[in-house]
Amino acid sequence: MGYELNFGALLEYQDVLLSGLWMTVKLTVVSTLLGIMLGILGAAARRHRNPFLRHGSKAYVELIRNTPFIVQLFFIFFGLPAIGIKMTEVEAGILALVINLGAYLTEIIRAGIDNTPKGQIEAARTLGLSSRQIFIRIILPPAFQRVYSSVVSQCIIVMLGSAVVSQISVQELTFAANFIQSRNFLSFESYLVAALLYLLLAFLMRLIFNLIGSRAFSREEKQS
Amino acid sequence: MSQFTDWDILRNLLLAARWTILLSLLAFAGGSIVGLLLTFMRISRRKPLIWITRIYIEIFQGTPLLMQLFIAFFGLGLLGIDVSAWTAAALALTLFSSAFLSDIWRGCVESLPKGQWEASRCLGLNYLQTMRYVILPQALRIAIPPTVGFSVQIVKGTALASIIGFVELTKAGTMLNNATFEPFKVFAMVALIYFLLCYPLSRASQYLEEKLNVAGKRA
Amino acid sequence: MSLVSVRDVHKYFGDLHVLKGIDLDVKAGEVVSIIGRSGSGKSTLLRCMNGLESYDQGAIILDGMEVSTDEFQVRKLSQSVGMVFQSFNLFPHLTVGENIMLAPTLIKKTNKAEAKKLAQEVLEKVGLGDKFGQYPEKLSGGQQQRVAIARSLAMKPKVLLCDEITSALDPELVGDVLKVLEQLAAEGMTLILVTHEMNFARDVGDRVVFMHQGKVHETGDAKTVLADPQTPELRQFIGAVL
Ligand SMILES: Nc1ncnc2c1ncn2[C@@H]1O[C@H](COP(=O)(O)OP(=O)(O)OP(=O)(O)O)[C@@H](O)[C@H]1O
Ligand SMILES: [Mg+2]
Repeated sequence: MGYELNFGALLEYQDVLLSGLWMTVKLTVVSTLLGIMLGILGAAARRHRNPFLRHGSKAYVELIRNTPFIVQLFFIFFGLPAIGIKMTEVEAGILALVINLGAYLTEIIRAGIDNTPKGQIEAARTLGLSSRQIFIRIILPPAFQRVYSSVVSQCIIVMLGSAVVSQISVQELTFAANFIQSRNFLSFESYLVAALLYLLLAFLMRLIFNLIGSRAFSREEKQS
Repeated sequence: MSQFTDWDILRNLLLAARWTILLSLLAFAGGSIVGLLLTFMRISRRKPLIWITRIYIEIFQGTPLLMQLFIAFFGLGLLGIDVSAWTAAALALTLFSSAFLSDIWRGCVESLPKGQWEASRCLGLNYLQTMRYVILPQALRIAIPPTVGFSVQIVKGTALASIIGFVELTKAGTMLNNATFEPFKVFAMVALIYFLLCYPLSRASQYLEEKLNVAGKRA
Repeated sequence: MSLVSVRDVHKYFGDLHVLKGIDLDVKAGEVVSIIGRSGSGKSTLLRCMNGLESYDQGAIILDGMEVSTDEFQVRKLSQSVGMVFQSFNLFPHLTVGENIMLAPTLIKKTNKAEAKKLAQEVLEKVGLGDKFGQYPEKLSGGQQQRVAIARSLAMKPKVLLCDEITSALDPELVGDVLKVLEQLAAEGMTLILVTHEMNFARDVGDRVVFMHQGKVHETGDAKTVLADPQTPELRQFIGAVL
């Protein structure tokens, strides 16, 4: 084995790597926030009176969960412009990530909602709350808390999945690694460093989510 | 303008889908073997073995599958092993699957009530006997639905092999798109074929899960 | 005029005829105890009275409003009728205070400060003035049930429906909850309660309604009916409970 790993040579591409990392962070933040909203809407649709919304939401979830993300991405980026819906690479990437995450979260949040004790809903009705108020104030918060760790895991999976948007030339972390190795031919080193950065991101994401969770879901006595 | 009829596109995609299926089967088989090994290491009660598997799983669950593919593709080359896209993809998907499968299976083993272990010890069974006759048969039953469920992830994961140049369903899709300039139609067809592969697996997993729950309640 | 009037109400669950022509009038300030065997339709009747359950025939008029399960109607009714459940049903993600303030602020548009004052007031009333910022899971069953009562009271209902509200409690906690009910009765609150507490029904209640197989089988002044039941079914029921 006459090969020596050469990480030092990557230093000169530090900026490329960092700007790619930053793009991945931005993609993740935006698609996580929008994806959670979409997941909540999807879960709400699943218990809506209107059967079109109910079935539509179910079909959406099944369609997304049973096709690869890269195909969804290509369909959005290459397919939609063909019928007149144009967007930039970044927009297409975010749209694909949000649609993908939204489907999984719809299913996760729905499962949490299904476990709502019936009595809570009846108590809320008896107090005069409307269906919408009941969903937003009574059903959703504890349901979201119940499935929070699954939500976090899914958001992390989607962050990792965002590597694929490099394929439509969004200049994120994987794109940066591709770029660097095409310049200096140190493919193994470039990808290894990128992989480590992803690992770090995944770790940080879990940390931040847990921090948010323990604050948001604290049941310590409140002073008022 | 294109000399491809819809039927031509579909036929070519279906031909390529054979490679998707083959790669999936291979990754599933390989992932199961490695995964089983990891599962045994993980439940072995030997600290170093447990740590190794934990780190292994962290790495494969904490990095993009695409990175794993790249590293397998380029890393093996460095070792002087000449790798085709096919080998690299099969290897990366095997390792990727093994991490997830072993994590699923460990969960199944650990979900069995402690009483099972204690009762077995009272009967005089040793660790291996308890595993062989008490724990594994039960764990196997509850492991089937999530394992089938994960096979969907494998099928979808094979799509990334297209990026390192392996011609399976997704790669065939991009090639046909370049030839026909009909991305909407081509990628819709690609998605449909994946859906037809994955949806039955998803449903089977759900069905098995429900059946297991019903059986569990009756017991 | 009666505050609650139930006229020939029938209710089916599929083929199951659960309520078979119920007639019942409750005047303001009355305390009515509904007793009867499991499955006789007590909960169903109570739930029909505030629109949680629909009925198939007859009419229920509460505070001048026709009761129905229509969402709009249920919301209007919520200003006149409160309900307390066997299983407390406090909202776990809200503090005691927030549980109580929720409906007044959302439905009656009471401002925050006023709602807070009101919540504190009803909490004092059930003897839990110090629990305002606490989460329900930190309270005992008896305390949770008293918070649930306070939550209903905050809407200033004219009638309070209680469905076996002490049945899920440890015996030593029952007394505190009954004391709150007794106090409410003394203040003139109209109470309709499904209960197995015969002593309470006799000592605090004005009237007893004995339900049997979906009908009001026997009814009358609490003390008289319980001391001298007229039908063999009620006699047997009292014998079994005591
Ligand atoms: N949602 C429902 N669907 C079908 N049947 C129901 C439903 N709710 C109640 N029933 C049936 O209606 C009958 C009356 O029920 P109800 O709960 O009113 O009885 P109850 O007198 O309150 O009994 P308990 O003392 O056990 O609470 C029972 O046979 C019950 O099984
Ligand atoms: Mg009942």
